[in-house]
Amino acid sequence: MGRLSVNLCGIELDNPIIPASGTFGFGYEFAELYDINVLGTFSFKGTTKDARFGNPTPRIAECYAGMINAVGLQNPGVEKVISEELPKLKKCFNKKVMANVSGFAVDDYAYTCEQLDKEEQVGWLEVNVSCPNVHGGGMSFGTSPEAAAEVVKAVKAVTTKPVIVKLSPNVTDIVSIAKACEAAGADGISLINTMLGMRIDLKTRRPVIANKMGGFSGPAIFPVAVRMVYQVANAVNIPVIGMGGVSSAEDVIEMMLAGATAVEIGAANLVDPYICRDIINELPAVLDKYGIGNLKDIIGGVK
Amino acid sequence: MKQGIFKITKNVNLTRDVMLMTLSGDASAITAPGQFINIKLDGKYLRRPISVCDSTDTEITIIYKVVGHGTEQMSKMPHGQELDVLTGLGNGYDVSRSGDTPLLLGGGVGVPPLYMLAKQLKAAEKDVSVILGFNTADEIFYEKEFEALGCHVFVTTVDGSKGIKGFVTNAMENIEYSYFYTCGPEPMLKAVYKASKTSGELSFEERMGCGFGACMGCSCKTITGYKRICKDGPVMQKEEILWED
Repeated sequence: MGRLSVNLCGIELDNPIIPASGTFGFGYEFAELYDINVLGTFSFKGTTKDARFGNPTPRIAECYAGMINAVGLQNPGVEKVISEELPKLKKCFNKKVMANVSGFAVDDYAYTCEQLDKEEQVGWLEVNVSCPNVHGGGMSFGTSPEAAAEVVKAVKAVTTKPVIVKLSPNVTDIVSIAKACEAAGADGISLINTMLGMRIDLKTRRPVIANKMGGFSGPAIFPVAVRMVYQVANAVNIPVIGMGGVSSAEDVIEMMLAGATAVEIGAANLVDPYICRDIINELPAVLDKYGIGNLKDIIGGVK
Repeated sequence: MKQGIFKITKNVNLTRDVMLMTLSGDASAITAPGQFINIKLDGKYLRRPISVCDSTDTEITIIYKVVGHGTEQMSKMPHGQELDVLTGLGNGYDVSRSGDTPLLLGGGVGVPPLYMLAKQLKAAEKDVSVILGFNTADEIFYEKEFEALGCHVFVTTVDGSKGIKGFVTNAMENIEYSYFYTCGPEPMLKAVYKASKTSGELSFEERMGCGFGACMGCSCKTITGYKRICKDGPVMQKEEILWED
């Protein structure tokens, strides 16, 4: 194992770098740019039971050191993800992929996870209980410990793959939700999803985004993410994936010191499509700079 | 798509708020007229997508209107400044469908991508007509450049201060054409779509996240399914367009 390798819920990763769901499609757009097998893995586009177009446009707003999106889980539905997207991915990615799943009812989550459980290409299920851009589902499951636990139990009942729960930062007490997920059988926690945000156009005096509000991501939210990863990692005994504004090899190390076993990179992919590859290439030199031997030794190094 | 560093070799006003910029660098990823580039600006998070007006293997010409903070920042950039640019984005126009007498219709800053298209159509010895639509005489640009290519050029202004009074569709009525290509604000595209008597291609605009198909920020519904303006577009075939509202 190399000095960048980490173990995520029983599966060895060559490195902890994971492009985050919704910023990397189903991989093949990026495979045209570089060999995506250099990645630890990636989390594919949030998948639901049925196909979704998502929200009206505009769905994107520029912010200081970040952006707001309100895509609204556009995806072809789990059936087509399995029949069309995964075979296409197989041609350019020979590692296990992380399947990101969303739903509007507990049964939706269970159904979608049950279908993806049968796929040999899928290594982990990342259950998104934190999408801020859909009504009557998504984030509402991630804002109460009981509702989040209910989703975890339903999903665990239909899969043997590791279940990672993706949490929302838009809550009063993220630790209680993480603990409830762990108690319900979750194998890992990933955080943070986007923060609910809004921009207003001064010329039109209307929200920039058609859906009015959306998820704020990018370097601006990095300190909030580090804080929440630190709090959750110190409260649970399952692996934590840190994300939120990560944009450099230094950010990756900071996230891991806070307690992250692996690190997802989201918005940065949209601005610099090569960033994940570049961070992986830069990590060894940055480890040397800070006197770090193996990356896995620094996980949760800050108490 | 290619990422590269480009040097600004020209950045001048064409009208009060429309600028022409030339960028020197590896432009080999640009394969069709109607494609766009995505420019990183200091202090701005998302890149700025701008359509390509003309390109060679080593130079790109863009024409942009100063409408917000990003384009204002661009308008003040000096010669020699370097920019991080993604090139060769979007599908672009299909020159092979033009027939012998194609008609090009541009509105405002929808005019620039038609220039490289006209150049390629003239190189293929087509009889090209171009309608350039503006609000007023002060806003007109590139009329002479299209004439220099040997196109039949018609100018329309909404206030009638030059050329034909009205919209591009007013000039369209009296021209015979085999196929049309258009770019401009959405109400104009819709009017051209309705007035057109042949098949054609329309180039759309939308707020984008990435510009290369990853984020689904600029999706639209079409007769042939959901499409991303940035990757599957910005040029759509007339027959696949589904107008909402």
